[in-house]
Amino acid sequence: MHDLLPFLAEHDFFKDLDEKYLSLLVGCAKNVRFEPEQVIHREGEPADEFYLIRKGKVRVEIHSTGIGPVVIQTLTDGDVFGSNWLIPPYKWLFDYRAVERTRALSMDGKCLRGKCDEDHDLGYALMMRFSQVLSKRLYMTRMQLLLELESFEDDE
Amino acid sequence: MTVSKVEKETRGTFTLELDPGESGFPFLPGQFNMLYVFGNGEVPISISGDPERPDILVHTVRAVGKVSKALCRLRPGDVLGVRGPYGSSWPVDACRERDILFVTGGLGLAPLRPAVFHIFNHRRDYGKVILLYGARSPDRLLYTKELETWSRALRVEPAVGSAGPDWKGHVGIVTNFIARMDCDPAQTKAMICSSESMMRSMISELNLLGIPDREIHLTLERNMKCGLGLCGHCQLGPTFVCKNGPVYSYDRVKELLAKREL
Amino acid sequence: MHFIIERENLDRLLAALQEHGRIIGPRITENTFGHRDIASSQDFPAGWTFEQDGGFFRLRQRRDPSLFAYTVGQDSWKKELYPPRSRLLSLQKTESSFSVTPEKSSSEKVVFFGVRPCDLAAIQIQDIILIQGPFADPEYSRRRENAMIVAIECTQPAATCFCASLGTGPGISSSSDYDLALTEVLDDGLHYFLVRAGTEQGRAVIAGLGLAEAPEQNIIRAENLVQEAASRMGRTMDQKGIKQLLYDNHEHPRWDQVARRCLTCGNCTQVCPTCFCHSVYDRVSLSGKEAERFRSWDSCFLLDHSYIHGGSVRVSSRSRYRQWITHKLASWIDQFKVSGCVGCGRCITWCPVGIDITEEIQAIRQSDERGCNA
Repeated sequence: MHDLLPFLAEHDFFKDLDEKYLSLLVGCAKNVRFEPEQVIHREGEPADEFYLIRKGKVRVEIHSTGIGPVVIQTLTDGDVFGSNWLIPPYKWLFDYRAVERTRALSMDGKCLRGKCDEDHDLGYALMMRFSQVLSKRLYMTRMQLLLELESFEDDE
Repeated sequence: MTVSKVEKETRGTFTLELDPGESGFPFLPGQFNMLYVFGNGEVPISISGDPERPDILVHTVRAVGKVSKALCRLRPGDVLGVRGPYGSSWPVDACRERDILFVTGGLGLAPLRPAVFHIFNHRRDYGKVILLYGARSPDRLLYTKELETWSRALRVEPAVGSAGPDWKGHVGIVTNFIARMDCDPAQTKAMICSSESMMRSMISELNLLGIPDREIHLTLERNMKCGLGLCGHCQLGPTFVCKNGPVYSYDRVKELLAKREL
Repeated sequence: MHFIIERENLDRLLAALQEHGRIIGPRITENTFGHRDIASSQDFPAGWTFEQDGGFFRLRQRRDPSLFAYTVGQDSWKKELYPPRSRLLSLQKTESSFSVTPEKSSSEKVVFFGVRPCDLAAIQIQDIILIQGPFADPEYSRRRENAMIVAIECTQPAATCFCASLGTGPGISSSSDYDLALTEVLDDGLHYFLVRAGTEQGRAVIAGLGLAEAPEQNIIRAENLVQEAASRMGRTMDQKGIKQLLYDNHEHPRWDQVARRCLTCGNCTQVCPTCFCHSVYDRVSLSGKEAERFRSWDSCFLLDHSYIHGGSVRVSSRSRYRQWITHKLASWIDQFKVSGCVGCGRCITWCPVGIDITEEIQAIRQSDERGCNA
């Protein structure tokens, strides 16, 4: 188990996190690998974990009736995905699929929720990191809305 | 000049090739021309061709207004008026030996394309070169054939707003991927082109990477009408975008761009 | 060297000037004042003056026969040198192409008679932009070359005048670019003009008329009249640090206040003797075979002025008023090393709601000094 510690420590998401927390967190971490086109999670599944991508590419899809799968985001080395383990109803809201062979760390959310309840400092450190990811994602989404507004295409 | 070729890039966007005649049409990457369609008027359009091919004058036009729509209706053999080249240029000579990061989206690649050509033609003079290029969807990417050619010598990173499952590039706005381009901030010169709001967002990411304002170059759009700094329309504070721009280093225009409705 | 010419000999001067070209000068026709053709000194508005204020202009009768006891009307010499509308090109569609015939610029020789010091300064500002810049405007250059300038000093300032604050009037400095400069004096029934030459051409005119050198006391009398005029200016504008004042007050609440009054009609830009913004447009014949390209004065108060695809950069009226005044008094200095304002006061008089550039600057300066600015 403890051989995952360096992976955790070098990942962007846990950058500068106190070592004592890292050794706590490593107990909740698991090494995972996804093959190209492998479904990682489907919308509606219980969300009990989040992932730190070490190497590879994952796409986020919404299934649209009539169009089929629409890719709305891609994630790559250093990215994190899955925040629904934190927020009720603890369900995955999109489909997640590997684009290429992807290595990641899977973090057990149930285990983390317990540890965060016991140690609020750890909870705060984790929430700080998630709020950064989420606010950046919200910002990018708003910029994307603006792009739609600023594109002046003729509907020919 | 006579139109020699018209190519549809995406819906509503066309690339016109003009024959400048024997004298050719030398220009610097980033400069623009005033194109005149008989009876319709004139519009500023960036030059999009290879600076080492002065025998073909290339412009990519999106049909959005009266004149640009008329431009897009031109066919080979038709004649249009050309004045130029006007304005400042991308600092391609000043950044030899450096790493280059291009960040742009949609039609924003058109004014950058001559700079990409230049670097592609002189690949050995430059360090790591990345072209991070976005569009709302894969079918809205311009110059797709060239993107492929360029990707042999530089890192081309396409990003689209949304895509089908076959798409192998990034999905999301280009700004989102700037942090993932592992640039060496001390070595990198960034050249960007997009709407001003999007460029502010790009610059904020570039700054986070450690790339300072003076190493970021951008091109601005204003109502350029004469190209000579005489008609007054393209003023941005004390500068005339047609004459002092359109390409600026960001530190020179930072304060001006921060002022609303300037 | 100053010379003297009596009122009754003024027509001799006009006759000499007519040798050079068509004389255009101040004249009242059909109860309106403007720059018109002058055939004799009878055409000048003898015994008239103007009453001016924000949004207000009236002709008033005086009790003396002075010819130039007023300042400026809505016309500036920009109208002659840089016409409000001119054809640049005529185009003819051919089988597969089109032919272009450039317009010949006017080669007519003219004399501008009665150019006021503020307007003389304005011409010199337009020279910097339209002749001395990297791209000279051929039409302006040609018209400027063909114009002889007879300037006249002001002794009767208007309530809207503030040239004294800007150093552009009411007297004419010897470094100004004039051919002849006059000062009108009415004294105990005597009516005469002091005349100075600024160019060889001007000297030749004086020599041709055989004018007598002016006695010292007449020169002093004229200088006093001009100096008194400087102290009777209706308005002032403090130039101290004006560039930075405007650059630093981009979000000043005053812009909202002035925007509530401003109609964005652009009158101020049309009467301003230095505003140079212009637009170029096409006019096409019904057959679609002929087209003409015209240049016409434009105004930064119009929404179209800053139009880029998708919309205008300056949408609000506050931003358009701010652009005009900031360009005129601040960025103009960065662009052309000189202020764009000469203190003629036309923008005040001809503003339909009487917005006063000096008052706006004062308001911004006052709250800036109190530290209330953004």
